Amino acid sequence: MLTMQSLTKTYVTDNVQTHALREFNLQVNEGDFVAVTGPSGSGKTTFLNIAGLLETFNQGTYTLDGQNVSALNDKQRSKVRNEKIGFIFQNFNLIPDLNLYDNVDVPLRYRGFNAQERKRRIEQSLERVGLAKRMQHLPSQLSGGQQQRVAIARALAGEPRFLLADEPTGNLDTKMAHSVMALLTEINQNGTTIVMVTHDPELAAQTQRNIFVRDGKVSETTPELVVTDKIAV
Amino acid sequence: MFGYYLRLGFASIKKNYILSLLMVVAIALGIGASVSVVTVNYLMSSNPIPHKSDQLYYVQLDSWSPHEPAREPNDPPDQITWRDATNLMAAGAAFRQTASASSGAVIEPNDADVRPFMASIRLNFADFFAMFDTPFLYGSGWTDAEDQARRPVVVLSKEINDRVFGGENSVGRSIQIAATEFQVVGVMDTWQPVPKFYDVTTGAFNDTEDVYMPFYMKQELQLSNGGNTNCWKSPEGEGFEAFLNSECVNYQFWAELPSEADKNAYMTFLNGYVEQQKELGRFERPLNNRLSNVMEWLEYEEVVADDAQIMLWVAFMFLFVCLVNTVGLLLSKFSRKAPEIALRRAIGASKQDIFYQHIVETACIGLLGGVLGLVLSLAGLEGIKLLYGDFMQNLVKLDLTMVGFAFVLALISSILAGLYPTWRACAVAPAAQLKS
Repeated sequence: MLTMQSLTKTYVTDNVQTHALREFNLQVNEGDFVAVTGPSGSGKTTFLNIAGLLETFNQGTYTLDGQNVSALNDKQRSKVRNEKIGFIFQNFNLIPDLNLYDNVDVPLRYRGFNAQERKRRIEQSLERVGLAKRMQHLPSQLSGGQQQRVAIARALAGEPRFLLADEPTGNLDTKMAHSVMALLTEINQNGTTIVMVTHDPELAAQTQRNIFVRDGKVSETTPELVVTDKIAV
Repeated sequence: MFGYYLRLGFASIKKNYILSLLMVVAIALGIGASVSVVTVNYLMSSNPIPHKSDQLYYVQLDSWSPHEPAREPNDPPDQITWRDATNLMAAGAAFRQTASASSGAVIEPNDADVRPFMASIRLNFADFFAMFDTPFLYGSGWTDAEDQARRPVVVLSKEINDRVFGGENSVGRSIQIAATEFQVVGVMDTWQPVPKFYDVTTGAFNDTEDVYMPFYMKQELQLSNGGNTNCWKSPEGEGFEAFLNSECVNYQFWAELPSEADKNAYMTFLNGYVEQQKELGRFERPLNNRLSNVMEWLEYEEVVADDAQIMLWVAFMFLFVCLVNTVGLLLSKFSRKAPEIALRRAIGASKQDIFYQHIVETACIGLLGGVLGLVLSLAGLEGIKLLYGDFMQNLVKLDLTMVGFAFVLALISSILAGLYPTWRACAVAPAAQLKS
């Protein structure tokens, strides 16, 4: 599903080089639910941004769903993001002026679906997260947990094969966090691959696989993982 | 997607309505100033008789002093003498031709309730009406025979007919002009060519005349000279006839020449006429006759004033300054939208999608600016009219072309102003924004 080989990402600011990822190797299989943990500044978010094609990298290769994405142009990368990847963010990132229906509609617009198909998908995904009756509400009229559910509905509406979640429960209280986690688990059980960055060891423990990132490298993994520092091509 | 972008654009305008209003006003001010001045220039330089402007020729004969040209470097005078005007008419060498002059006289209405008043007069020949396609409400112009017989006939403007005859069909009725009884043969409909090409010597944007009468009435009634009279030597003798026979120029002459061959033939005729006059001791300068079609004549007479062109540049500079302000406001607006742009990028919008979305929003602001700008330009034109008075009243009318121009200018200006802010919006790094 996702294979990164010898990935290197270096930021250069005022002649200072910062190595965010060094020789980063990872393979995520279809249907995995992977938790990525590690201290602040270890490279977790950089990994997630590169995995989501939001950032480029300096060296190495990255294959997503059998497609080498290293050399794609902006339009092609946008298409991959739109069709194959769903994003869930810590601060939900809903558009405050749009109601729930229109928020979930955003990625579908770029997909080019007709109005009928968009309506079907929006209603179905909001139904799935339990907010079908609040389609006309604005995000500000919802609790944090509900807003995150809308974000999940938005990510699911395009029926992506791969979900990237960046601290999805970071802004939620324990009860809401459990509820969101339960929803993600259910989504994964229905076949969607999920990679989740988290600081919370308790949440990480609920996933099938754990990856620990330190100094831009995968330094520890749970024993049963099919993750190596070097993967043969 | 265009409909979606349009919806997003108007939603964004509504959301930041104060900022949006500032941009609309900035664009409107620039558009208002530009359209006002462009309208004046556009009307000044427009073709007043487009379907035959290349067939109507203004005649210049160099009857001026042998010691200096009428106008540097070596131009003939811009009017001709009475003698030449009547000689050319008598020759009748063109398909159609008319000499003309302006004058004025008192009209004494038969209706005792209407007080006598001064009216402007155009003295011309019968061909004048056919050559310049003057519209008639009642009747028509007079005939060549009536010209030759010096019959007291007149064509009235619509305004004079309204004033003297209450707007009724006055053809066949009589009217007292310059203490002489004239018979009305025609009433013109509203006719205001802009510029008033057939006589620009007294102001290219003045109103057309109140009354049109046969050219020879000037001699019959000894009507006063209107417009500019220029002489390079004094009349020989005293009195009205001496003036008419002098070398003073006060008359315009137009010839209708349908083809290039007609034009060449007429120029040959003019040269022959001048050679003949030379033998009589006139025309002491080398041959220097001119035939200019309508647009050439307007350009020669510099109908588009220099200060109008300077105003045009100033107005466009002002528009530029307004657009620079709009660029700043758009930058501010789009930078506030960075988180939303980042999100849209993350979930599937390409840079091209973001570009289109924001350029449509900018165009919406531009169109709103265009609408307000149009209102301001109407106010601007009124201001110009107040500033310059009656001289400008025929130049301060917005037509459909100028309305279209206002919108196109607003659209292009706003899109140009939006290019840099939109490019900046497209360059938003999604990763940095989404984490914050």
